[in-house]
Amino acid sequence: MLRGRRRMECTLDAQSLISISLRKIHSSRTQRGGIKLHKNLLVSYVLRNARQLYLSERYAELYRRQQHYPDGAPLLAMPAACPPPAAAPPELAALPLPADAQDREARSCAAARGGAELLEGPVCAAPPELQRAPCRDSSPAFYRAAGSAGPGGGGGGSSAPPGLLYAAGCDFASGGAPHCSSRTTVLDLDTHVVTTVENGYLHQDCCSQCPCCCQPAPGLASPPPTPGTKRKYYPGQEEEEGVEEGEPGGGGVAGGPPFAPCTKRARFEEYSAEHPQDSSNISNLISIFGSGFTGLVSRQQADSEQPLNGQLCSKQALASLGAWTRAIVAF
Amino acid sequence: MFLKFSLRSVFYGAGGGNDIQWCFSQVKGAVDDDVAEGAVLSGKLPEILLVSVPPSLPPPFLPLWVLIQMKIHKRISALRKMKCFPCQFSNTIKSAQLNTSALMSVSFFDQADIISTVEFNHSGELLATGDKGGRVVIFQQEQENKTQSHSRGEYNVYSTFQSHEPEFDYLKSLEIEEKINKIRWLPQKNAAQFLLSTNDKTIKLWKISERDKRPEGYNLKEEDGRYRDPTTVTTLRVPVFRPMDLMVEASPRRIFANAHTYHINSISINSDYETYLSADDLRINLWHLEITDRSFNIVDIKPANMEELTEVITAAEFHPNSCNTFVYSSSKGTIRLCDMRASALCDRHSKLFEEPEDPSNRSFFSEIISSISDVKFSHSGRYMMTRDYLSVKIWDLNMENRPVETYQVHEYLRSKLCSLYENDCIFDKFECCWNGSDSIVMTGSYNNFFRMFDRNTKRDITLEASRENNKPRTVLKPRKVCASGKRKKDEISVDSLDFNKKILHTAWHPKENIIAVATTNNLYIFQDKMN
Repeated sequence: MLRGRRRMECTLDAQSLISISLRKIHSSRTQRGGIKLHKNLLVSYVLRNARQLYLSERYAELYRRQQHYPDGAPLLAMPAACPPPAAAPPELAALPLPADAQDREARSCAAARGGAELLEGPVCAAPPELQRAPCRDSSPAFYRAAGSAGPGGGGGGSSAPPGLLYAAGCDFASGGAPHCSSRTTVLDLDTHVVTTVENGYLHQDCCSQCPCCCQPAPGLASPPPTPGTKRKYYPGQEEEEGVEEGEPGGGGVAGGPPFAPCTKRARFEEYSAEHPQDSSNISNLISIFGSGFTGLVSRQQADSEQPLNGQLCSKQALASLGAWTRAIVAF
Repeated sequence: MFLKFSLRSVFYGAGGGNDIQWCFSQVKGAVDDDVAEGAVLSGKLPEILLVSVPPSLPPPFLPLWVLIQMKIHKRISALRKMKCFPCQFSNTIKSAQLNTSALMSVSFFDQADIISTVEFNHSGELLATGDKGGRVVIFQQEQENKTQSHSRGEYNVYSTFQSHEPEFDYLKSLEIEEKINKIRWLPQKNAAQFLLSTNDKTIKLWKISERDKRPEGYNLKEEDGRYRDPTTVTTLRVPVFRPMDLMVEASPRRIFANAHTYHINSISINSDYETYLSADDLRINLWHLEITDRSFNIVDIKPANMEELTEVITAAEFHPNSCNTFVYSSSKGTIRLCDMRASALCDRHSKLFEEPEDPSNRSFFSEIISSISDVKFSHSGRYMMTRDYLSVKIWDLNMENRPVETYQVHEYLRSKLCSLYENDCIFDKFECCWNGSDSIVMTGSYNNFFRMFDRNTKRDITLEASRENNKPRTVLKPRKVCASGKRKKDEISVDSLDFNKKILHTAWHPKENIIAVATTNNLYIFQDKMN
């Protein structure tokens, strides 16, 4: 229902589209007849498209700010400048939350293909989009709304809108919420394999609180990497790095150490996705939502040369929307 | 068949959608505009007579929209007692929303009465409908009255039965809807009729047979069924068959279950009339009509990693003449033609029909509106038609890179996609159909409009299914939607379209110019004007 509105227009606001889409996915859980795979898949496409536009706008704006205030002042402004993510969670928070996230069984993502494989789930479609789908997409016309983002970023990407390129990454992380991990049990409808997924999704948020991460100045000051520069990997923690090329979001900034933990963590879940430490295809919540929709994007970039900068921004994007994702995961 | 059709065409000057003058013939279903106080039903009697359902059937067996002719208040009180229509709309809602300028009308009817599929049989004599409550209603065309040569026979209720019941899958904690997704008729081989009906998970083969004789004269049973005391039997006689009132029985002959993990969206009977396919979101199975415990999986597009899922199967159909060929459409707007002779698993298509996307039309919703909702072969088998959200495309099987014809159904909606996404209308799955000679295609739209496109004259027409044109043989007036700018007289502006009134299911008689158009809970039958 359009609730009494006579006119058929509605604002093509990426933000509202994202929230509408999440609402649809959430309500599909309670519909009779089970989750409809087709409809959820289509909604996930809209989410991806809206997310791409939203991110392009955000980065464009941040880049512009940065141009104005090159001394780190924006970083102080950063948390305040994150209203968009904050706008969404209250709306989502209005939806009833399950009593106890940890104990709830058979909770899983109700997003697209998840609908078939997983029974019901938190509305976690947004995080995967944010994490994975690279910011570039089909035509530049798509991003007309984003506006021009400035010259400097232009070097980075062919189809990626300028300003998306290199990221101030963890700088965007809005203030710390405690790291929350969740245990989710998922059931594959076909093989009837039950998998318990333990790893917390929000390593991002952990990262966002760690001081090394929030050293803005050096990060911001570093110039955007030239396309084709492979990111250096700083093994700080456990696993070896997976293969970078061919992976969405595999690019990175050849930045200094401050970036390393963030990027490392950002890549962690990606790696976990491939790492067979968890049985079956569902490694952890991150891989469900993180590498979910990999198929959506990988085919599109099969032939196009993805700028590493564009890939990096997608990694950083998830850090910036940590608050939002937290609210979603709570479902 | 075609000779007969063209003779009619010549006689009536019909050659295309615009040369045919469509007339109202019948409407089936409850009138939902006027609502009696406190009751769900309307106050008006629909014009249907139930001919064959014995009155002894329990009330829930009868769909609300097929009513026995009774006095109005008696019916309303009886149905109130039956409580067979849990209505979500109360009078409070009605009064609260009547004053809002709602673009979607609020109708008061039982959700179970929503028609979900319409299908003529091969001769066109029978018309089957399935609804959301799992019921199938079959209408039969009465024999053409020689004296009434100005109209074809009317369709009257022939049989009604509960095909599917709601089920609960305990293992997966999923409720399985009883809504009939598709009905497909088998060609008639003997006196009985057979059809396949399916819900999300189970396909059933139903036999519909007539009984007009019954044995009478039993020795040990009275006529009413009571047993006689054997000691009172003094003579013996042989029971004989005597005529009785026609009774139409429907019995399930086969139940094909447990083969689909995802929701079945299509069934299609092969031209060998022995096998059929059923398609769900990710798989297509091949069945034999006689064998219920086994099916062959012939298409499987489920990725090894579900996270990489990018498209689902939306419709599938066998070729009308080649028993080895079938097509399936996807949510990405592609159609794949497969040949079962090539391999056991037809994952690799023989042909891929895809039209490159127009980049200037790219939007948030490009993926949604390019998803194909229906695919239908032409009767000749040379062409196939696909329906996506805004257009109908006709493909020549010999050309894969683009359709040979594209018809815009309601292009004026392209600028409204955002609102249509909000109210979920963008997910509506419209069907399409060919006429008997493959010269006209028809599909539905909103505001109870439906559209016909004449492939030869390239003309199109928009008609409305509404009770305003209620009198039989009233010629339907063409409608027009004004996209923008000044609205001419008799035109409707896009903003006043009612998006709650949608025509998703239409069917065209295989031989004649008779069409069945399903609105939400009513079935309209139109035929061409006969002089």
